[in-house]
Formats: sequence, C-alpha cells, structure tokens
Amino acid sequence: MSNVRLLVGTRKGAFILNSDGKREKWDVSGPHFAGWEIYHMKGSAVDPNRIYASQTSGWFGQIIQRSDDGGKTWFQPGTPAGAPTTSPDGMPMGESNKFVYDTSDETGKPLTTHQFYDGTPHPWEFKRVWHLEPSLDNPDTVFAGIEDAALFRSTNGGQTWQELPGLRGHGTGSQWQPGAGGMCLHTIILDNNNRDRIFVAISAAGAFRSDDGGATWKPINKGLHSQYIPDPNAEVGHCVHHIAKHPSNSNVLFMQKHWDVMRSDNAGDSWTEISGNLPTDFGFVIDVHAHEPETIYVVPIKSDSEHYPMDGKLRVYRSRTGGNEWEALTNGLPQENCYVNVLRDAMAVDSLDSCGVYFGTTGGQVYGSADSGDAWRPIVHDLPPVLSVEVQTLT
Amino acid sequence: MILVVLPAHLRSLAGVTGDVKLEIDGPVTRHSILDALEARYPMLRGTIRDHVAGERRPMLRFFACGEDVTHESADTPLPEAIASGAEPFYIIGAIAGG
Repeated sequence: MSNVRLLVGTRKGAFILNSDGKREKWDVSGPHFAGWEIYHMKGSAVDPNRIYASQTSGWFGQIIQRSDDGGKTWFQPGTPAGAPTTSPDGMPMGESNKFVYDTSDETGKPLTTHQFYDGTPHPWEFKRVWHLEPSLDNPDTVFAGIEDAALFRSTNGGQTWQELPGLRGHGTGSQWQPGAGGMCLHTIILDNNNRDRIFVAISAAGAFRSDDGGATWKPINKGLHSQYIPDPNAEVGHCVHHIAKHPSNSNVLFMQKHWDVMRSDNAGDSWTEISGNLPTDFGFVIDVHAHEPETIYVVPIKSDSEHYPMDGKLRVYRSRTGGNEWEALTNGLPQENCYVNVLRDAMAVDSLDSCGVYFGTTGGQVYGSADSGDAWRPIVHDLPPVLSVEVQTLT
Repeated sequence: MILVVLPAHLRSLAGVTGDVKLEIDGPVTRHSILDALEARYPMLRGTIRDHVAGERRPMLRFFACGEDVTHESADTPLPEAIASGAEPFYIIGAIAGG
C-alpha cells in the first residue's frame, strides 16, 4: 500500500507528516531545525529518501540541509554526519551554504544591478533560498531559486552550488525589481517530457523559460496585464506568485499572478486570463490535479492589502474545465472568522488514485483532502506559520 | 584556550552545548577567533560573516569583557582576559522585533 509524506516548512522549523494511503491518521515529527525558518523542502523523484531543505535566518544566513533517510536524520551536504569536518589538507568543508553570483568574464557578464523598490539601481545581494527543485533524473542534481533572484544548481548533492547566469544575464535583469516579499525566484518547474525545458518565476519580474537546460532564457509574459506597473503590458515587471503544470503536458501552464489567474497553452509564449467567476483573483497558490490535467485549484485571497480570505471564509476553488468556471470547496474548512493566508509554495497534490490535495496556512494549519478537494480536514492545526508544503507519494 | 559563547541557534547548528573552546596560535583577534571557529565547525561558515567578503552579518554583534567590539577592526588584539580564556568572547544576535 502506498504511503504519503508531507514536508512542511514553517517560520520556526520543519515538520514531516506521514500517513498511509487512507490519509486518515497522521504521524507528525518535528520541529526539525527548531527556531529556524524553513522556506522549502522537497524530495527527489528518483530517490524519495533524498530530501533537500532550505534553512534560513535573518541573523545567521542560509543553511542547506539534506536527508538521505526520508527525513529521519539530516546533515549539511558539505559536512556529512560522522564524516571529518575538514579535508585532508585541513580546509573546512562547509561549502554547501555558499551561493555566490557568477561574475566571471566568461559567463557572468554583464551583470550589474537590478531595480530597487523605488526604481534606483541596486546591487544583487544573496539573501536566502526560496525553493529547491530536485532533478527528475539524478538525486544529486538539484536547483535552487534564490533571493535576490537567480537560479543555482548543484550536481553533487548540494555540496556546492553554481549559478546558471544566463537567466540574470539574458537582458532584462537590470529591470527586475522586488515584490513585497523580496525579489525572489520562487518557482522552478522541470519538464518531464523535455529535459531541456525549465520554467521559472520571479517576483516581481515574471516568468521565464529555457529550452536548453538553463543556458539561455527568455521572458514569457505576453498577455499578462498588471495595472500596478508603469507599463501594464511590459515584457518584465509582473508579480507572478506561482505557476503550476501537469506532468503530462509540456505546453499547458497555470499561473496565479498578484491579481489574475492565467493559463498558457503554448509553454508561456502567451497567456489568457481564466479568473472567470472567482470571487477575487488575488492569491498565491495554484496547483493541478494529479490525474486530471484540466482540474486546477486556487485559494482566493481578498486583496493585495488584505491577505486573508473574503468574508472570513476559507475556500479552495476548483475548476474542472481548465479555468473560468470555478466551484467553491468548503466542506471541512472554516467558514467564519478565518483570516489566514496561504503562501505561494504551500499547496501540493499527491498521486494516489484518489488525488490528495494539501495546503498550509499562516495560522499554522495544514489541511488535507483525500478526494480531490470534496472534503477537507485539518491534519495539524497549531504549527508555526506555514511557508511551504510538498508531498511525496511513496510506494 | 579561548572560550566563545555562541547564540543558541548556532550552538544547535554546530552540535555543541555550552561554551566553545578553541586553541589559537598567534594574536587573539576577532579575525583569528572566527577563523578558528569556522575551521573547527565548518557548518558555521557563512552564518557569522559572509562567505566571500568575510564581512560580519548585519544582525550579529561581538562583545569582549563587557565591551562592544562589533565595530572595531577585526584584527585588533582582544583583551588579555579573552586571550587567556579567563573571559569568554561573546557572539550574539542583535535584538530585533518585539
């Protein structure tokens, strides 16, 4: 029988929630890395016991953690548990936390500045890792989306990291500027049908695509309309909150933008709005049903200044038509006095026959549905604010 | 022997309890203490000072013998009481938030 493992990152540590395929009873372990912000954790598709975690702190900076036993034990990849902490020549081995922008003449130029909130030039400064995306083929290869926005890759299990400088250097980097949460690269999608294709999204720059494994990039924001920027139809500058894609299709993307829910049927070359009958189309998360490529989920949030559900009612909206026609899913969710938010990386779906859907809130609840969203129940309800939720379906 | 007091988060990261004890050859400065600390505990690299530039992370402070030495040169010799281990060298997180 299959099992399900939820990887929950919070403001004050990581939690791992395990259940069997019924998804009725859950075992909760944690907090791991107590007191630290865990922006994201994700397991390898080819080795589910290999999990990467981004542990970060405004005081102490960035730590990369890795587990090779499904989250039971952790270590920093540069200093494996039980291994010598220095190399034979005495050099420290703790390189796994080191993210250095590529400024080399060969590949890193010209990289100058991005825009600050007020439009003035601002130097790139590494702050934290927002998202870790393990390779679909090799557990030792993992991508990291960082703030200030750039894409890094490790090919040795997280021991060392190198920037893929073609993204920042493709031409529009100097026009990027931070969103309210910082200038973060928060979404990385690897295409299981085309290993050379990578999608990323940056707040507030927009979406970008590479068709050569990350060497070169182009903005894919045509059709996005953002009234809060000087040119609402600009090539870059859009505050994309999250993008989701079904594994079966390389060309169909779904996007929750700052405002507007969008879809693309041509790998991002153009976008159309699918907000339809949503009560508000502001929000952060978006995800796709594991077995129904046209079934998508969002959690509408009232507005960009009021980050909570409308009317105090926590409602997931589901479209079974690829957008435009949405139904509210409320069974088991609080329908009064609820003023939590659901952040951009805090929704995930499992791949059991009856698709499970999960999301975490800034109020510390993790809700789960074992029937595609028809009915929900809180798996845990008093965690620290949830930053991210990923799920592993284990067979 | 030098004694170093770490913030709780860094103690847990390094897997230590209580004060950290370090041996340092040569002048005892903030620079030499951090070099020795990072050599002994590589997992702390980047948490106290930047990986590349070596600059102090902005929300950390250093105290020696009751004095704030955060803004003194990293190569300034620290008091004899620090060098002898009579007093610990404090690395603390600046207070932020309420």
